[in-house]
Amino acid sequence: MSTATEKKVERKEFQSTGKMKAVMGKYFTELTQGPEQGKKTAWCTSVGPAELLRALGFNVFFPENHGAMLGASRMATDLIPLANAKGFSPDICSYLTSDIGSYLKGESPLQKMKLPGPPKADVLVFNTNQCRDVKDWFQFYAREWDVPCLGIHSPVGELSEPMIEDVAKQTEALVEPLEEVAGVKLDIDKLREIIDLSRQCTMLWKQVLESAAHRPAPITFFDGTIQMGPAVVLRGTQDAVDYYKLLVDELNQRVANDEAAVEGERFRIYWEGMPIWGKLRDLSTQFMQLQTCVVASTYCNSWIFEDLDPADPFRSMARAYGSIFICRSDDFKELYLQEMFEKFQIDGIVYHDAKTCPNNSNCRYQLPQRLAERTGKPYLIINGDLNDLRLYSEEQTRTNIEAFVEQLAGT
Amino acid sequence: MKYFCGIDIGASSTKLVLIDENGQIVAKSIRRSGVNYAEASERCLEEALSAAQVDRSQIAASLSTGYGRDNVPWSDGKRTEIACHGKGAYHYVRDRLTVIDIGAQDSKLIHLDEQGNRINFKMNRKCAAGTGAFLEEIALRLDLPVDRLNGLAENATKDVSLGSFCTVFAATEVLSLIRQGETVENIAKGAFHSVVKRIIEMGAADGQLVMTGGVAAHNPLLVQMVGKAFGQDVFVPPHAQFVGAFGAALFAREESEETG
Repeated sequence: MSTATEKKVERKEFQSTGKMKAVMGKYFTELTQGPEQGKKTAWCTSVGPAELLRALGFNVFFPENHGAMLGASRMATDLIPLANAKGFSPDICSYLTSDIGSYLKGESPLQKMKLPGPPKADVLVFNTNQCRDVKDWFQFYAREWDVPCLGIHSPVGELSEPMIEDVAKQTEALVEPLEEVAGVKLDIDKLREIIDLSRQCTMLWKQVLESAAHRPAPITFFDGTIQMGPAVVLRGTQDAVDYYKLLVDELNQRVANDEAAVEGERFRIYWEGMPIWGKLRDLSTQFMQLQTCVVASTYCNSWIFEDLDPADPFRSMARAYGSIFICRSDDFKELYLQEMFEKFQIDGIVYHDAKTCPNNSNCRYQLPQRLAERTGKPYLIINGDLNDLRLYSEEQTRTNIEAFVEQLAGT
Repeated sequence: MKYFCGIDIGASSTKLVLIDENGQIVAKSIRRSGVNYAEASERCLEEALSAAQVDRSQIAASLSTGYGRDNVPWSDGKRTEIACHGKGAYHYVRDRLTVIDIGAQDSKLIHLDEQGNRINFKMNRKCAAGTGAFLEEIALRLDLPVDRLNGLAENATKDVSLGSFCTVFAATEVLSLIRQGETVENIAKGAFHSVVKRIIEMGAADGQLVMTGGVAAHNPLLVQMVGKAFGQDVFVPPHAQFVGAFGAALFAREESEETG
């Protein structure tokens, strides 16, 4: 008999992270100082037409990014009930309820950076390619501040050319009302330039994520959820491109040295579904203790937009933002996931069934069972939520993950 | 003679099993887990050692499982309760298995292949529906000790249904049934039906059905109802409440043999 001790593990930080913090800090500072400097602010969904807004000179704020910050800082669970009390159901998107709760209470993680909270919008622009909740979310603020709320209604399923044409037309139709708010005319060359920068960012972000195909993986999904910040909020800027060049170099070095993100990597996992923002650190530690690397995820991949093309701005934005995983059919999703399992040499899949995000919980219509049959890869479904930790059971999740890794180890 | 110890610190009770080199159970002990898992594990161990007249130094290896598996100071290793219930059940039935363990605060459905390898598993979702805690809550509403539910349910004359997923709402339904003059016997069986429904929605049976855990050990009618719902016989191993601890002891013996 002896004394059992839990192995102590430390996440390996990237040297580049300091630069990322500086870049993100600059973005938030410019954003929050914008109104007093006479810059207009546009709120945009994370997979919305950010390039168009930048081309019109707006500072662009992404409420979903703010939602993720509320989750990661664990402020969300205290703020969600405030939105619930105002009539927003606990069953709807907890990004929405935590962000509106944050607005109602006047508390934001930005204040920890000694910045005021999110700037008021002069215009809100959504794309329903992810879900309908974003529209309801933005309309709340539009009513609150009496500002326009514009948007693109995206189709769900397989994209056909007429659908792309329709979305491109909807995007083009935004130009005139946006010009009115911005007080400037759209410079198409400026738009092309921003789309080009966005594409460069996307291709570098893809390289970052694909470095994890190496054994051992130099980066984990948990690292990715932090490193993706610039790809979400700064795509279309030189800052994002410069940052990812730095990160790619560091990853190439790790790959060349066979430097593992998870020491002694035994198993490789694919994460499907939303992150559990308030538990990223705990989960990352648990997987490290189990010498299991979550090497890839659909979530981080969702900010790769290879279809962006400066030569055809509107149609290519329609194609890029209309072909994201979340609004595709299950047939496409299965093929996509199978390809990812092969590319990243996956041993097993963890599906996160996020209670308040049905659109991005891809385990509710037998997809895991069908994929397991097709690929022979075992899977685990964990119940939780992106932001609402009232819907998360610590012990259940811990035991489920540990048991799953035991299963992979054949014990 | 060398001995091996398995300890299962569950949400409600701590179970300990001592086995000999042949895998025979020589002693077992059980007590409430309480708030100090280290103390509960120590007292269980002392009790079992005393009952078996075995000295602590004769324990060649030990392994812990259950929610408190990280809190046993003297354990040589740990495994989840999913692994241990599977291991314990397979010891008795060496065939393709579906193991259903109903514990105090969670229930599990575990599929094993003919060699005892786990194919997959599922735990209940976040809430306590379909677990021992549910039955404890219903017993409380009926002002009864939980161990009387089985006897009462056996005398039920009709099926009543508790429709809610939620334990608290189901308890409210019980109050409503009492108001309507429903008999305690029928309500007790209704509570069992509710547990069965939560179990069958977890997954399908594949191979021999085995039930483990305290709820199966103390409620033969519920076991019978689970069998009926799945359309097959259920095997309940001896000392069903101790199967997790027994599986842990088997792992301890196996690992001790592997490391020489």
